[in-house]
Amino acid sequence: MSELMSKLTENSLYQLTSARFRLFFREPEAVFWIFVFPILLSVGLSIAFRNRPADVLQVGATTTQLTQALNANKGLSAKTIDEASGAQALATGKILLLAVQRPAGVTYDYDDTNPDARTARLIADRAVQKAAGQRDSIDTANQQVHEAGARYIDFVIPGLLGMNLMSSAIWGLGFAIVEARQKKLLKRLVASPMPRWQYLASFLLSRLLLLVIEVGVFLTFARLVFGVPFRGPIWQLALVCILASLSFSALGLLIASRAKTMEAASGLMNLIMLPMWIMSGVFFSASRFPNIIQPFVRALPLTAAIDALRGNMLQGMSLNNLVAPIAVMLAWLVVSFTVSLRIFRWR
Amino acid sequence: MLAAERNNGKAGESSALAIRDLKKSFGDVTAVNGLDLDVARGECFGLLGPNGAGKTTTIEICEGLTVPDSGTVELLGLDWRHQANALRQRIGIQLQETQFPEKLTVDETIRLFRSFFDKGITVEQSIAMAQLEEKRKSRVGGLSGGQKQRLAMACALVGDPELLFLDEPTTGLDPQARRNLWDLVDQLKGAGRTIILTTHYMDEAERLCNRVAVMDHGKIIALGTPKELIASIGGDQIVEFALSDASPIDPAILTQIPGVESHRIHAGLHQLFVGELHTTVPPIFASLEAQGAHLSEFRTHSATLEDVFVSLTGRNLRDE
Repeated sequence: MSELMSKLTENSLYQLTSARFRLFFREPEAVFWIFVFPILLSVGLSIAFRNRPADVLQVGATTTQLTQALNANKGLSAKTIDEASGAQALATGKILLLAVQRPAGVTYDYDDTNPDARTARLIADRAVQKAAGQRDSIDTANQQVHEAGARYIDFVIPGLLGMNLMSSAIWGLGFAIVEARQKKLLKRLVASPMPRWQYLASFLLSRLLLLVIEVGVFLTFARLVFGVPFRGPIWQLALVCILASLSFSALGLLIASRAKTMEAASGLMNLIMLPMWIMSGVFFSASRFPNIIQPFVRALPLTAAIDALRGNMLQGMSLNNLVAPIAVMLAWLVVSFTVSLRIFRWR
Repeated sequence: MLAAERNNGKAGESSALAIRDLKKSFGDVTAVNGLDLDVARGECFGLLGPNGAGKTTTIEICEGLTVPDSGTVELLGLDWRHQANALRQRIGIQLQETQFPEKLTVDETIRLFRSFFDKGITVEQSIAMAQLEEKRKSRVGGLSGGQKQRLAMACALVGDPELLFLDEPTTGLDPQARRNLWDLVDQLKGAGRTIILTTHYMDEAERLCNRVAVMDHGKIIALGTPKELIASIGGDQIVEFALSDASPIDPAILTQIPGVESHRIHAGLHQLFVGELHTTVPPIFASLEAQGAHLSEFRTHSATLEDVFVSLTGRNLRDE
């Protein structure tokens, strides 16, 4: 057994992979960006986009009779106010609507470009009409829906996961390789009998092992804190994560295959990742972009990754129904990897 | 027994290194221009020359890192085109500017390199040879320049190479660290390895090498033991003097003095190559006085490889 262990630890692929691990965990910033940042981001977003109970709308009325009629509706909070100070309260946003009693009836003063004010207008009119004796012609009932899976946080968690898979793979691979090239370590390594494929394989292996921790921590957090649903099979979700991470790693390898300096590499990485941060639907649906650029948006690996993640987690789709995004990711993986092996600069 | 010892001394073995008509250009610049060289097993061979002479290109071709335009290179009877993997297992390499990952420890770095070799010495032996025992658990980023260079040596030695390439091993080191590294090279020579090193320090080559080749403009311009090369310029000693004013002197009168081999002016100094100081210096003084010259400076030193280079090229080694 111990002989087997020492055989393993003397193996060059094992040594290369554990060196990658050590270098990663000895870099506190990298650990922060990959493990802590996505959690902080999802907490921040969940606070900003939390589903609030419907607000009570502030309104004013010029007579006590009108005020009573308005206060009868739970959606409104009315106070009596004269017309002049009412106009001022409207202008400063203290009230959304002012109901003025006229000889001919009631006038509503409100800003019709403000959705809340339009809502107040509808509720106020209904309250006034009801006080005047209007009755509903049909009985209606309300059923409130706050279902997990339909909230913004449910939408954004797969997006953040996809973005994190992309950044960690591209930064992780790209920087480490370019740094080794710049410091002439790559040149020293290829002068040794190290099998070259093992050097590249050690990056993919360490990436996959880190992925288990990274995705595990993030999704456990999302499940426990936000109750984000997992409607598709978990093993298929794992496969999608692995495929996404591999295609982003191949892309990172491609970016790093020629660059000689860190500056050049980081410029190139930003250039490649920026369109995806904006267009791939991390924070809002990618289908909001005009039809004319949709083919481009759909061809981006991050769009494909996020579509597949959302399809699995939110819609419970199986792999058979995710053929298109999976094909896109596979194509990126194969093309980037093949090209980078051909053009890779070892020194 | 170490592999290097086993292979050394076998009768009829191929030489450690055989280069024939090697050429390499980068664009318009000819780095190596028709180079021939043989290095025997067990030798410590020095490749000298100023920056840009083609030393590093030559050594990188030998290390299999650069492909030559034409010519052949044979190491230990093998060549890079057909037996690259076997060759990499048998040679040790220290490159000029390698920076090892700063956040790995000395032990982890050497262990990583050890894993690339089928056979070799243990990590512990390699650390002991490079005298890094105390730094074993330290991170590479915290090492001094000399310690980093010894780590590079340890990584070069861990596969127990028969042939060791050292590219400017002491460049940028302080005098104490240089001397430590020289002691390490001495130790390796003792084990019967072939060592090929480049340097632009002539004292280093004189101290370490059995034979040296002086390179300039991609060619070897002198080859031999340090003693032979120094003897080739005529005179073991150099007398240098400067005159306080433009007093005209006739060098021909000086070279007629018995024991004075030659005269040249280098960097504003008159240089006389002489056999023995005690028989030549008094007549030189007398002759200068007779010619009415006023000395502002007068000194002597033993001839070095530096003087060999100056006499061959008219330039200093570190002139750009």
